[in-house]
Parts: sequence; structure tokens; C-alpha cells
Amino acid sequence: MRTLMKRSFAALFILSLAANSYAHRAWILPGATVLSGDDPWVTLDAAISNDIFHTDYHAMRLDDVNVTSPKGVSVALQNAHTGKYRSSFDLNLTEPGTYRIYTASNGLLAQWLSDDGQRRRWPGRGEAYTDEGFQNNVPSEASDLRVTQVSRRIETFVTAGAPTEQVLAPSGSGLELVPVTHPNDLFADETAEFQFVIDGEPAAGTQVVAIAAGMRYRNSQDAIETTADEQGKVSITWPHAGMYWLSATYTDERAAEPATQRSGAYTGVFEVLPL
Amino acid sequence: MRSTLIRSTAQRMFFAALFALTAPVYAGSLSVSIEVPRLQVSEYHRPYVALWIARENHQVVTDLSVWYDTALRNNEGEKWLKDMRQWWRRSGRNHTMPIDGVSGATRAPGVHQLVFKAGEAPLGNLEPGSYVLNIEAAREVGGRDLVQIPFEWSAENSERVYKASGDNELGNITLRVF
Repeated sequence: MRTLMKRSFAALFILSLAANSYAHRAWILPGATVLSGDDPWVTLDAAISNDIFHTDYHAMRLDDVNVTSPKGVSVALQNAHTGKYRSSFDLNLTEPGTYRIYTASNGLLAQWLSDDGQRRRWPGRGEAYTDEGFQNNVPSEASDLRVTQVSRRIETFVTAGAPTEQVLAPSGSGLELVPVTHPNDLFADETAEFQFVIDGEPAAGTQVVAIAAGMRYRNSQDAIETTADEQGKVSITWPHAGMYWLSATYTDERAAEPATQRSGAYTGVFEVLPL
Repeated sequence: MRSTLIRSTAQRMFFAALFALTAPVYAGSLSVSIEVPRLQVSEYHRPYVALWIARENHQVVTDLSVWYDTALRNNEGEKWLKDMRQWWRRSGRNHTMPIDGVSGATRAPGVHQLVFKAGEAPLGNLEPGSYVLNIEAAREVGGRDLVQIPFEWSAENSERVYKASGDNELGNITLRVF
């Protein structure tokens, strides 16, 4: 249990997503993913929006955004700013290789009916999960008590120079994408392969949706939808170059006590370059 | 000369009076049936839909109907009106919502029958001529569709039926002029 809960999360947007994975899509969008030179910088935007990469709903809080360098060192966000519709920050890529920019969380969500028949949940919307809070707020027995193990991850990758593999290793907790094709080596008309894992094990049946940027400039979402195979693997052939928002969801009943259900949500942003 | 002038003025007055009497001949009706398709998507919101009549040069003659989310607090549903981007450009952006007798709530999937009578708002007194009926739909986290149906509005008022259909957000559209 302790590892399950090792990262509580304060980010309001994530909790509201957990409660209501509806309409609003969260993303961290790099200005560029493939960089060269001695001292590259990259700017990233972080937001929750309705249309993909159009800042039309909420800024993402940056408190829980982390950056890991190719060698595994934590990198500081620079020039961080949170506006009404988006947050933005810069990264100075001092080491060559691939960086992971992410926000991730794991926790439990309890839902039950109170004695007077009211629907209850803990943590509430916008509330952070803590072990203590769970002990104090969730009854051990209640009508229709359901405890779900909930994980969320929102991430993207950028590479200075040649792509490296170190940051791609999964943490072993929650729903994660393990690249088979390097996430900063994606090209139009080529097929990329990714594996999804839940708590480190292949997440068979993960539902995956990829949507290209620029929804405002076309008439349909043109979503690419696929389901992970027994190994948790999916193949996606990118129809054209551009930035893509990829979202994956997974649920099963193999949760650790006291949870009875396990659910994971993953969002990645990937750049596909023209051949 | 003079008498001719008088006579022609009198004639003009006579014809003007006759025209006023016969004007209701132009008054017919438009009926539009709009199919809002039932879509199998994980997240469904009813589409915003706008119907308007324009001249062939796109100049708007009148808005007929606008369906949007009127139930959100603080008029938040107005935020997405611009997603009906042609309507917004041609007409919507010049209005303050709601539009009396035109705008209303979104509608469920199914076929919706709308009838507009000449001489009554919002159709009013449409001059005989060539027009285009525009139907535009935009759905939250969905797509957008625009159907345009050119039609003739004339004195004869013989019944004419025009059919068209949308690509994804709109199904079959039937315009009946009678």
C-alpha cells in the first residue's frame, strides 16, 4: 500500500479529471522535441483544453510537473508562468539526450452511499489524497462502498542531440507507456510501437486514442483509436506530421486491498516529423 | 403630357394598391427537417446548430434558428457559439444572445421539423429570388458540418422539395418550400 500512495497529489485538475474524465484534455506541449546545438532551450505549455492544443479552458498547475534529465537528474523549470488558459515554462537542455517532462499520481478513490442515501466520495473534488485522510474519512463499512486505485500520468519527451533510453524506463506504478519506438523518433507514414504497463505489468486491453493538433482548422476529430494486445502493445501509423495528443485508459479488478478496482489514465504528447 | 402623367400616377397608385392586396401571394412557408444523427462516441454532447438564409453572395437575410447550451450558468454556453464558424462570421458575432424567437436549447438526436411562415418572424417578408439555406452544426469534442441548400422563393408558391445531407454531424436535411 505504501508504494501505492507514495505520491499524493495536490493538483486539482487531475482530481477533477479522475472524477470526471469528460471533455477536458490535459497536456504538456513542447515547442519542439528534437533539438540540436551546444545549449538548446525549449519552451513548453501546460493546459487543460477542450480542443487539442487550443488553450480554451484552464491552465495546468505546475506544482507537480517534474523533469528528468537523460542521466536521471531532476531539472528545474525556468521562467514558469501560469496564466488563465495555460502555464508555460522553459527548460535548458544542458545534457545531451532525452528528457521526460511529467506529472504523475497514484491514490485511492472511495465512493459510497451514506446512511441517508447520499452519494459520498473521498477525496472530494480538488482534494488531495493522503493515507491519513483515507483512514479518517472513509468508513470501513458502508453501503455500496467501492474503492478504486486511481493513477494518472501526463507527460512528454524532448531530446537534445541523439535520443537516449534511460528516462524511458517505467516507474512500475500506475498506467505507463513504455516506448518500443523512441518517442522523439516518430515520422509520418511510419508505424510507432508502444507498450502500456499497469503497475509494471502489461496492460492488455488498454484503450488508446490519438488526435492530431489543430482541431480548430478541420471539421472532425479524426481520432486514431486502437486497443492494446495481450502484451499491452499498440501500433500507430501516423497519417501526417504534427503534434499528437495520445490518451490511454485502463481498468481491471486486480487491485491491491482495500481497492477492488484499478484504473489508470495516461496522456502523452508526441511530435511526428515529416519524412 | 400632363394628363398622361396624372393617369400614370393613378395607375401607379392602383397597381400599388393591387400589389399590397396581392402581396400575401408571396407569403408561403418553409419547412425544414433536420436529422441530428445518433453517434456512438464515448463522450457525446448535443451539437450546436444554426440555420440561416443567405443570398447567393453569402449576405445573411435572416437567422431562422440557433440551438446552443442555454442551461450553463453565467451564459457559459455562449463560449462555444463561435465553433459554428461560418454562422459566427456571417451573423452570430453581430448578435447579443439570446436572439428572441430564434435561439433556444440544443436538441437530442432524431429528426426535428421546423416550419417558418412568411410574414412572421423570423422569416419575415422574403422577396422572391434565389437564396441559400445554411445549416451548420458543431459538437463539443466532436466535429463540425455545414450543409448549404440553394432554393428559389417565388410568387408561384408551387411546392418544391430540396434534399441534402451532412457528412457526420448532420444527417438528412429536407427543405420544403410551399
